[in-house]
Amino acid sequence: MKRNIKIKIGIIVAVVLICIYGIIGLPKSKDELVANWKKNIHLGLDLSGGTQLVMAVQLQDAFKAFADNTIERLKEELKKDNVDYVTMDRNDPNKLEDADKIQVDIKGVPVGKGSAFRSVVSDRFPEWTLLAVNSNDYRLNIKTTEALKLKHDTMTQTMGTIERKINGLGLTESSVQPTGRSDAEAELLVQLPGVGDPAHVKQLLQTQAVLEWDEVKDGPFATREEALAKHGGVLPLGTKLAPTVPRGGQQSWYLISRSPVVRGTDIRDAHATQGELNHWETNFVLTQEAAKRFERYTEANINNRAAIVVDNQIISAPTIQSRISDTGRITGAATQEEAADLALNLRAGSLPASVIYQEERTVGPSLGADSIREGFRAGIAGLIAVTLFMLFYYRRSGINATLALFLNAVILIAALAYAGATLTLPGIAGIILTIGMAVDSNVLVFERIREELRAGKAVIAAVDAGFSKALLTIIDTHVTTVVSCAFLFIFGTGPVKGFAVTLVIGLIANIFTAVFVSKTIFDFELSGKRQVTALSI
Amino acid sequence: MELFKNTNFDFLGKKWPFIGLSLVLTAAGLVSLAVRGGPRYGIDFKGGALVHVTFAQRPSVEQVRAALSGKIPALEVQELSGKPEDLIGTDVQDDRALQTASQTIVDSLMTAFGGQANGKYNINAGDANELAEKLRDPLAAANVPMSQQLLLELATKITDYRKYHSGLIRNLDELSSVPGLSPPILNVVKQVTYPAPIAINGTEVVGPKIGAELQRKAILAVLYALGGMLVYIAFRFEWIYGVAAVIAVFHDTIITLGLFSLFNKEISLTVVAALLTLVGYSMNDTIVTFDRIRENLKIMRREALEPLVNKSVNQTLSRTVLTSGLTLLTALALFLFGGQVLNGFSFALVCGIIVGTYSSVFVASPILIFWHNFLESRKGRPAVATPSAPKVNGPKEGVRRGTAKVK
Repeated sequence: MKRNIKIKIGIIVAVVLICIYGIIGLPKSKDELVANWKKNIHLGLDLSGGTQLVMAVQLQDAFKAFADNTIERLKEELKKDNVDYVTMDRNDPNKLEDADKIQVDIKGVPVGKGSAFRSVVSDRFPEWTLLAVNSNDYRLNIKTTEALKLKHDTMTQTMGTIERKINGLGLTESSVQPTGRSDAEAELLVQLPGVGDPAHVKQLLQTQAVLEWDEVKDGPFATREEALAKHGGVLPLGTKLAPTVPRGGQQSWYLISRSPVVRGTDIRDAHATQGELNHWETNFVLTQEAAKRFERYTEANINNRAAIVVDNQIISAPTIQSRISDTGRITGAATQEEAADLALNLRAGSLPASVIYQEERTVGPSLGADSIREGFRAGIAGLIAVTLFMLFYYRRSGINATLALFLNAVILIAALAYAGATLTLPGIAGIILTIGMAVDSNVLVFERIREELRAGKAVIAAVDAGFSKALLTIIDTHVTTVVSCAFLFIFGTGPVKGFAVTLVIGLIANIFTAVFVSKTIFDFELSGKRQVTALSI
Repeated sequence: MELFKNTNFDFLGKKWPFIGLSLVLTAAGLVSLAVRGGPRYGIDFKGGALVHVTFAQRPSVEQVRAALSGKIPALEVQELSGKPEDLIGTDVQDDRALQTASQTIVDSLMTAFGGQANGKYNINAGDANELAEKLRDPLAAANVPMSQQLLLELATKITDYRKYHSGLIRNLDELSSVPGLSPPILNVVKQVTYPAPIAINGTEVVGPKIGAELQRKAILAVLYALGGMLVYIAFRFEWIYGVAAVIAVFHDTIITLGLFSLFNKEISLTVVAALLTLVGYSMNDTIVTFDRIRENLKIMRREALEPLVNKSVNQTLSRTVLTSGLTLLTALALFLFGGQVLNGFSFALVCGIIVGTYSSVFVASPILIFWHNFLESRKGRPAVATPSAPKVNGPKEGVRRGTAKVK
């Protein structure tokens, strides 16, 4: 046997071993083999079952909150510096695209205080550019750099919060990432493998869980109108009205302080426990700094009522019975799940901006299993049909083609495993096209060899000529497809991309198997014999 | 065995009937598309909500509509033949309505067809963890306590059974075939759970904005890909070859889209993947033929272009038919056994492979000849190329010398 055939065979054997190792590792038992296979081949959600959510983070919410915060601070600062104004307001951008068009209008600043006003803004509010509308009115626009930073921070914070919430549910295989579409910076892709019903997750994400511990100034009232009537239609300064969570059709209203004693951000930990009478409740622990504040407040307000407010609804309005330092308790949960969800929401915090779901796909485990089973059955049926035909039509050489075909499939799957790529339904489409083109390459070569044989060439020369003449065609067809895949990858979205990746890997594997491997097998078969007069093709 | 040995069909001589057929098919497709107002896009592209439901006892479409009337607008119910599964969809476009659309459909269906719960847990919903949780205390009460691990294993076996039976357990007695589920345990399962005669196997909700975006991106990706191929082929051969190949592929795509429209099938993202696949196949066929034409141009310099192209088509005929036949075999397997999710995909492949094979012979090759004849006629020569023509529209021909023909 010639030396270079030995080297070629060595290369092929090495590639096969590396590929098989990549797919199933070094299994010692059947169970281990299956486990390794499952570990190495990542199935997409469309095959394994699960939920995929695409959400648009409503960045304008964060911009509005930022403007509100600015207004509050600016009012304080202006008061300090004795600058008067008549009104101060922000506009209300409602669309995501308009987020950075946020503006704060300050009207009625006396002409004499103009320069004082300007210096307050320029010294203490560097995030904004000041525009004088006329001698009394001013407008603040957010600076571009600041807007970018705010967007980035909001996205990071949203992703972190969602991650904490999802992980809190024990869905550890889940992922949160930007969709990466160039013109959709505010889009997030959340993947939840194995989650067949996203309603719970969506509800959890939507719940803001903005917790406040407020002083109760007055109440309870049966209706909002009653409360307003008692105060002559005007609420006292620094107070607001809040309803209780409706229970059994009953709801009452309290007048509570506008600035809370404790906020959600003061919470260090929260968890659900079973309290008296086996009712579920949520306990929370405050941070050190908040605990000191809380202690002072509770000490001064013994026998007064307080309100625990979550998302602007009063959960409970207990009477303070003793000094409390760093723990609190929220009762009234109907089920364990409700108490646990609240605890999770308190721990994870609230999203800095609301989200709108753009896309939601849930594939139940049985639907995914059906797709795999049916795809597999169809694949096997197709493969068997092709193999039988090749063996029948090309006889001994058909073995050659079949080997190359199977090797191609093995290399393709191994490459996916090594790259950590996920196999999706469109990916399977790519594999089918690859198999089709692999068959094609073999047919091209074999038909060419037959032609050369008909033209009267000797067997070895015919095989060589067949391969070398078909090579150019094979390269042309493959490069064309690779070129188109490059465009599909650059411009396509998720599934189209998956298709392109599998196809390119398959095509590269195919050039190796159809040209190199198949030729080597021919060379090997022919090398042993002195005089080759016939070829089984 | 050989199917085609030294064939010599006069494909190009009889090109007119085939070109006519192409034109008729293309026109039929375009008319169908025009009449129906464009392709029938799935919710991937137009936005909307879709729920996959399996019923133990399939209700009539009217019953489903009645259950959902007033709750969700623009309802569409699609029965999948040969499957216990139905698709129930809506193409509500409003962003806010869409947020709850799938939930509304599911809830209304459960109310109408979900059967009597009697305070029991629906074994056809939820996951293994939840099931284990529901079973733990009753099992202990019935004197068959289980460790957490065993309990979870048992629950997983039950949900796996469900998974391989279309997501629906019709009767709890079915479960006696599940290993490890002894009669006393089965009794507890019966006490605690009931099988709702309906299972939700999947939901899809796509916002109209993202749908339009996906549509635009898919079309752009395909157009750029076609452009890329045109440039590459033009670079490897000559620009007219690139144009001819792209026209042929375009022809295939239009006809396939037309067939989708004629059979009223939906275009989903998976179908787009199939269209890309058939573009690949068709291009492949065309290039193989072109390669042969280029090769023959070098060795048969005396031959006129039309017989030369015809000969090339004949020489590659065996490979064309074999390859297409074999891939058609795979696609047919997928169409017959591939199930509902892959149905649109495999349909596109079956149509595409047939049309694609045909187009490389009857569309791409005649374009080369037409162009060649057009160039000749501009030079004031007869429309048909003569053997003495100084330049054949092949790549980089030098002075033409006589060369022996190869059999």
